[in-house]
Amino acid sequence: MPDAHAGAAAPSVFAVAFKDAALAALVALGLAAPMLGLVTVQTQSGIELEQHWGRVAIAVAIVFAGRLLLNLTLWRPGRKKSLGYVPPKVEARLARFAKYLAPLAILGAVVMPMLPFTERYAIDLGILVLTYVMLGWGLNIVVGLAGLLDLGYVAFYAVGAYSYALLAQYFGLSFWVCLPLAGILAAFWGVILGFPVLRLRGDYLAIVTLAFGEIIRIVLLNWYWFTGGPNGISGIPRPSFFGLDFDRGDDGFAATFGLDYSPLHRIVFLYYLILALALITNFVTIRLRRLPIGRAWEALREDEIACRSLGINTVNTKLTAFALGAMFAGFAGSFFATRQGFISPESFVFMESALILAIVVLGGMGSQFGVAVAAVVMIGGFELFREFSDYRMITFGLVMVLIMIWRPRGLVSTRSPSVFLKEKKAISGSLVQEGHG
Amino acid sequence: MIDDAPALPPELLLRVERLTMRFGGLTAVNDVSFDVRRGEITALIGPNGAGKTTVFNCITGFYKPTVGRLTLASKEGPLLLERLRDHQISRKANVARTFQNIRLFGGMTALENLLVAQHAPLMKASGLTVLGVLGIGGFNKAERAAIEKAKVWLERIGLIDRADDPAADLPYGDQRRLEIARAMCTEPVLLCLDEPAAGLNPRESLELNALLRSIRDEDGAAVLLIEHDMSVVMEISDHVVVLDYGKKISDGAPLHVRNDPKVIAAYLGVEDEEVESVENEISAEASS
Ligand SMILES: Nc1ncnc2c1ncn2[C@@H]1O[C@H](COP(=O)(O)OP(=O)(O)OP(=O)(O)O)[C@@H](O)[C@H]1O
Ligand SMILES: [Mg+2]
Repeated sequence: MPDAHAGAAAPSVFAVAFKDAALAALVALGLAAPMLGLVTVQTQSGIELEQHWGRVAIAVAIVFAGRLLLNLTLWRPGRKKSLGYVPPKVEARLARFAKYLAPLAILGAVVMPMLPFTERYAIDLGILVLTYVMLGWGLNIVVGLAGLLDLGYVAFYAVGAYSYALLAQYFGLSFWVCLPLAGILAAFWGVILGFPVLRLRGDYLAIVTLAFGEIIRIVLLNWYWFTGGPNGISGIPRPSFFGLDFDRGDDGFAATFGLDYSPLHRIVFLYYLILALALITNFVTIRLRRLPIGRAWEALREDEIACRSLGINTVNTKLTAFALGAMFAGFAGSFFATRQGFISPESFVFMESALILAIVVLGGMGSQFGVAVAAVVMIGGFELFREFSDYRMITFGLVMVLIMIWRPRGLVSTRSPSVFLKEKKAISGSLVQEGHG
Repeated sequence: MIDDAPALPPELLLRVERLTMRFGGLTAVNDVSFDVRRGEITALIGPNGAGKTTVFNCITGFYKPTVGRLTLASKEGPLLLERLRDHQISRKANVARTFQNIRLFGGMTALENLLVAQHAPLMKASGLTVLGVLGIGGFNKAERAAIEKAKVWLERIGLIDRADDPAADLPYGDQRRLEIARAMCTEPVLLCLDEPAAGLNPRESLELNALLRSIRDEDGAAVLLIEHDMSVVMEISDHVVVLDYGKKISDGAPLHVRNDPKVIAAYLGVEDEEVESVENEISAEASS
């Protein structure tokens, strides 16, 4: 690309690029030589070392050429900004756009099952996506607002699911009684686990929450007589529509309303149930953000020491964030149990926590709209690429890396103030702290 | 240790007695006693590392003193500050502070910063959040009052036009004043300011002096401030305490302290002309 400075700058740019590429090639050589170049093979006489220097040469050549090319094009000095840089004006417009998009998205979600061309598969996928939207919004309280890195969020999802399953199994309680109980129990465990843990900060908090997530799963796995261990719990009662079951019987939902029985009724009902639960989560979070507790969470994320100097009890404030986040996971968990009819510890592995956290981070920490979009993209994308089985994870990782390069603060990176005097201005994500535990 | 805090003479707000703070082998504050009187600006001065910030951290509950008694005359009677945890200091004892390196909530607006400072009364009004979420109770009214109060403070510090801007976007001097306003929104009886004039230009420094006087005279809060700039100290303080290597070396009216030979030796060190000549020598050395 010839420009005014090309004459003076070109040789030095090339020299720097060349040097850097050579260095990268050297590193590649160091890595490739033992990993690609030497292969042990089993022969009759024992193990022998085969040498494949050709492969090493190819790998090093690719690294060298690729790095050189990148240095001369995308990574050229002076070009750096173009990648992942969005001018503040565009950023503000995006945020305003999101404001109108959110009601439209809700409307779309409400009418989706009623559309004539909607198939059962779409509604099932919708239920799955909405479950993760709800989980994402719940975790957003903990990670996005209060800035506490929780890697064991799935534990509370599990507590909710098992609460309903066990209460139904042992006491025959119905879904509608268990739903609030599951939330309360999950919040209770949130407080129990949070109390010792929340004194820790940052990485330490992340590691301990991760461990607690695993502990709960392993307890569920090994407490055989109570939880069924790896066999899980089956035959979990399905939800009823104000006492009407979704079955063929004369007092079932279909017969009462004079409809022909269809298994779709239950699916549609579940869809609206999770939509309602998710919207309640959203509504409560939005309200909390404008209350002193929500402002205290955000202040805590910004500067904990300043909070203490202003008389905010930081331990209690963190605990409420932890407990509320856990409560919504508990609701989602009991929904999961009633939808599946069967649960086992396998549904509550660390990968789930990671997925929910990825949704929150990709969505833009603290942004309700961003989290919803991220959940749709991630879970929807995940399902659509189901055929590609093994490549799915690689693509998933690649997309995440790309998004983090393009938008390091997530899809919606601006923060919108909770109150304003004259004009509500979006706050650039670069000014907002991410919290350190 | 005596169990009940003895009552202080009525003109005293805070009495620091035999305060000692050790970090391992280092004694940052060594047997320091002084008084803060109501309606006065008390300055705590001393060279770098003298232990001034450590005294503040003990008064505001961030450190637990190794030895010593800190008695504050609160509305409910004398309180021992060293027994309270940091967040209780603000609520029960009504002591507020700012920090040497500004600690605002940078990603929140100036207005939001002042609302966070009114957390305790707003929390009560929101029925510990439960009523607030449901939208019942007197929360809306309480919040309007809190916003009014924030507006008054934004006017006083000249930031009303920037109320909706994030705190981190404000110029340095504005951030300093916003931090003071935030501390004042907790309605303190004692305001502790850690180097509020650091990094201000002369005009901002004058504005700060006026603000501190108005806090003393109109809001009736006593001010305890750490300051390096001697001209500021001499100008606004009613009472000066000098620390050096963790020990108190002088205590009294500004003029008395200024002429105290110990202070001159430790703090001012040498005459002004000599300081200048030494500074010139250093800069000459650095540039060569
Ligand atoms: N938490 C701590 N742990 C260990 N040493 C500390 C701690 N806090 C302060 N000190 C030490 O105590 C001494 C006094 O520090 P302090 O910050 O109180 O000084 P200062 O008078 O505020 O100085 P400056 O004018 O530079 O702000 C210093 O030697 C400092 O290194
Ligand atoms: Mg200091």
